[in-house]
Order: sequence, then C-alpha cells, then structure tokens
Amino acid sequence: MLNPQLKLNPKIWNVDVEQAPTRKGFGQGFLQAGEENPNVVGLCADLTESTQMHLFAEKFPERFIQVGVAEQNLPTIASGLAAMGKIPFCSSYAMFSPGRNWEQIRTTVAYNDRKVVIVGSHSGISVGPDGGTHQALEDIALMRVLPNMDVLNPCDAIEAKKVTLSLAKTKAPAYLRLVREKTPIITTEETPFTLGKAEIYWLPDAGLAQVGIIVTGGLMHKALFAAKELEAEGVKVKVMNLATVKPLDTQAVLELAKECKKLVTVEEHQIAGGMGSAVAEFLAQNFPIPIEFVGVRDQFGQSGTPNELIEHYGMGKEAIKVAVKKILARKI
Amino acid sequence: MAFLSDEKVKELSQKANDIRMSIIKMLVEAKSGHTAGPLGMADIFTLFYFHILKHDPKNPTWPERDRLILSNGHICPVLYASMAHAGYFPVEELQTLRKLGTRLQGHPHREYLPFLENSSGPLGSGLSQAVGMALADRMDKKDKSRFIYCLMSDGELQEGNTWEAIMLGGKYRLRNVIAIIDRNNIQIEGDTEEVMPLEPLQSKWRAFNWHVIEVGGHDFSALNEAIEEAQAVAEKPTVIIAHTIPGKGVSFMERDYRWHGKPPTKEEGAKALAELMNNRF
Repeated sequence: MLNPQLKLNPKIWNVDVEQAPTRKGFGQGFLQAGEENPNVVGLCADLTESTQMHLFAEKFPERFIQVGVAEQNLPTIASGLAAMGKIPFCSSYAMFSPGRNWEQIRTTVAYNDRKVVIVGSHSGISVGPDGGTHQALEDIALMRVLPNMDVLNPCDAIEAKKVTLSLAKTKAPAYLRLVREKTPIITTEETPFTLGKAEIYWLPDAGLAQVGIIVTGGLMHKALFAAKELEAEGVKVKVMNLATVKPLDTQAVLELAKECKKLVTVEEHQIAGGMGSAVAEFLAQNFPIPIEFVGVRDQFGQSGTPNELIEHYGMGKEAIKVAVKKILARKI
Repeated sequence: MAFLSDEKVKELSQKANDIRMSIIKMLVEAKSGHTAGPLGMADIFTLFYFHILKHDPKNPTWPERDRLILSNGHICPVLYASMAHAGYFPVEELQTLRKLGTRLQGHPHREYLPFLENSSGPLGSGLSQAVGMALADRMDKKDKSRFIYCLMSDGELQEGNTWEAIMLGGKYRLRNVIAIIDRNNIQIEGDTEEVMPLEPLQSKWRAFNWHVIEVGGHDFSALNEAIEEAQAVAEKPTVIIAHTIPGKGVSFMERDYRWHGKPPTKEEGAKALAELMNNRF
C-alpha cells in the first residue's frame, strides 16, 4: 500500500491522474525562491521558457542573465556571482549543462566550492523524438563524482518545487535533474521532503518486504504500479524514493537492504555510474547483497515517444517486475 | 590611485626584483612549475599589490576590497610571491610551493588558501568569473566603488570560454571589469602566432564592445596610466594588452618559450639569482 504517513496523491492509480513535467515545478519553486530571497539570481543559455526559468526572468529581469548559447559561460559566470554572495541557478538542457561544460563546473563551482545550482532539464530517454543527441543519460554519473556537489532528481513536479526551494537555502553546490515530459503527480504539498532523506512510498500491507525497489526520478509512477501488481501476485516489496542521489541517505538504504536482502534500482540513466551504482558502492562495502539494475544498458537512445522509449530500453513497469522476479530467483 | 613619482617607480622596481628572486627560489625548491610567465608578470603584479589594489592583507575578506582574479593559474608563483611580500602570509612559506599539505598548491586552490578570490588552472574561465562578479556589483550598485581585475594570458585567448565571457562583458557594458592580458607571445608549443594566430587582438576586442589599451608591460608609469584610463571608462569594460617579456629579468630565460613550463635547476637558479642581485640598488 502507499505509505499512509506521507500523504501521497490518492488519485495516483487513476487513468486521468494529473500530470506535469518536473521542470514546471522547478519554474514555480524558483519564482518563489526569488520572491523569498533577493540574492537569488537566474542564468540561462537561450532556453528560458523550456527550462521554465521565464517565470523568474519576467518577474525579476534585473536578476536574470541571458548568456546566449554559451554553456561554458553559464557556470563560470555563476561562480563569479556566487563569489559576491549571490545564489545563482543556471539552467539549460542536461546534455549541454553539465554535458558540455563539465570541466567548468568542476573547477569554478565544485573545486572552487561556490554555491551554484546547475539545473539540467530535458534529461533522460523521455526527451523522446529529438533523439539520442538530446537524451542525457550520463549526467548523474558526471555530477555525482564531483566532490562538494549534491545531486537531486525529484520524482514529480511538486517534489521538484520543494527541492528547488530547499536548494536556495543550502550551502553546497548542487545539480538538479529535470525532465521535459509530463509525469504523473505522485506527491502532494503535504508530503514531506528533506534534502538527503529517502522516503518509503510503498510498503507491504503486512509483514516484511522480500525485495526493496529504489527509484530516483520520474519512473516512480511505473515502480508503484509494478509494486501494486506484485503485491496482488503475492510478492511483497518496498519502494523507496531516492530524490537525493548525493549525499546518499546511507542509513535508509542500509535499513532497506537489511530488511529485504535483495534490491532493484530504477533510474532513467545509464546503469554505469548512476544512482544504482551509488547504492551498490555503498552496500558492497557495508552490507553486500544482490542488486538488479533497471536503466539504460551502455547504449545511446533514439527517436520515439517517451513511453515507447522507456519500454524499448527496458525501464517500464514490466521491466521492473521482471527485475524483481529475477532477483527473487537469484541465489546469493 | 595616484601619479607615480620617480621615487615610487624605483621602489616598485626594487619590489618587483625581490619578487622575481622569490619566484626563482621557490621554483628551485619545488623542482617543478612555470618560470617564464611569473617572471614576465612580476612588474604588473607588483604594481597591483603595492599600488593599485584597494585591499587589506591583514583583513583579506574585507568585503569592499577590489577583486583580483588570476585566470591562468599556472603563473601562480608570481601571485603567491606578491601576496607574501604584501603581507598576506610569511615569505618563508613560499618555499612550501607544490609540497604535500602546502597552502600554495601547484595551481591556486581556495580550499587550501582561502583568501584567494578563485581557484584556477584550466585556462579560459577566469574572465567569466570576473564578469560574474561585476554583474553582482551592478545588481548591488557597487560597480562605481570598486574594480574587478582579471589577469589572463594570451594563450588562453584560444579558449572558446574566454570569448563567451568577452561577449557577455560587452553585452552588459560592465564598467568595473578590467582585463589585463599578459601578451608575451609564447605558449607551450611555441609562438602564439604560429600555434594559433591571435592578432589583430585590438580590433577583435573592440568588435566585442570593449575599450582597448595597449601598453608596455614593464613600464610602471605607462601601466599606471593605462589602468587609470581604464578606470575612467564608464560605459564599457576595458582590456589592457600588456606586452611583456617572458622570463624578464634573467638574461638566459628572456623570450625563450622553453622556460614556459620548467623550473630552473639549482645551478640555473644560482645564476639567475646572481643576475637579479645585481639589479638591487
């Protein structure tokens, strides 16, 4: 059942469940962050509306900097602003930032330890018809290897808004991963969000879970449907929302691992270097158990509708169920 | 800022010579690092740390200070030596350059030496940070009360990031950014105009809406005048193209690109120091 303590969206199972892209939640959150703190500034590389920074830019034109199609300039200009006490958020598509400007982020933001938020929208395979050049499947890996850098990947638009407001208050440089495509609204305004804290969104009606499913980002909806069907088939699982990929909530991951002793990780990202890798790195040293990884298997994407691509590359509801059954059958 | 008297010029020349001696000593001790660039920029750094900058070495985080961004971090021996001689930390500490645990990393790192304005090393990102600082100053209406100086190399004008920063600085007409290019015409593999031609530099920067000044990089009075002119430009940022001699002050190093990225041996160091000793009054 859905965790009753978290006040999740009761309409989650409806066919007509409300949907919104996480970038939209960012846009609303960023506007509010701007209203709350005059030091918050925005920078964008010619993608203001599609990254939803236009709400802020229209309200605070004197605090918005249009850098043009110049992604190397985005974080480096932002680093200078941060040095003078501003709280810069810079947005583009994930493929270009951090895709193109990784070294600039490393040296002038992470190494320099300047509070800059890198907002990478249009991440994942669900960018869809634009095809492989625009589908960032490596960005979590690129950013989580940087010391000082937090990595956030919200599961829906409401959580994205909370993450954005939270990042305007923290000290560390951060990467905020967003998607272009609408995804179902899973949380509500009342659902708690704390940076660095994972939450269990689904748990068995009774008894211990046999498999733990750890999800980051917009595939949460598919994971919850998988969990519901598995429950009906007699398989007890827990589903964890891991919106903060870094710093990893090691306590929550360890508790889940100890309860289930078998895990499946789910992300719209290359399996190599992603959230599943972060979980595996931690558990290999602290509580080694079998893990199955749902994600992209060392290949580039292609054009298609978001759902077609998620199914084609093995990240849909059925793929999650197959991974759960596979790990149940695995001998330790 | 004030007129430079003959006496002040003499004093600055002496200080620059001391800084060059410190550079040689620290590089000999470190056994690695860059020599030509730091020696070539010693006069400009001396002018900044002992005449131009509004700063307080005893209170390095004073919020109202000018900002000095070093973009080409590999010439940091001249930055460290200038800061030490100005009183930011003891001159003896210069001998720890590039050693394990030192505050004086091979390329500047704020985590180790917190009163640096920026970490740097990879080329082409310093001007962007200076431009970002100036944007913040404009938002805070402080762009008339201090300057953001960016010291950069000519080689890094081959980086795309540099031109992105030049474009943005021109677009926003940032009055308190002053870039100073170390125009020494060398880079690792030889003459800049052979590796990747940069000229005509003046007209390129002008086309991007910057005020351009060209000056000799070892003439304190001319440099001082150039900076005063830059400070008076109200409607756009300024770049000062300062012609310097790489390896300046040590005869067998001057204008030889092979000294870009290597330190003097003990014997070469002694020879260099003997030459510099002769320059003392």
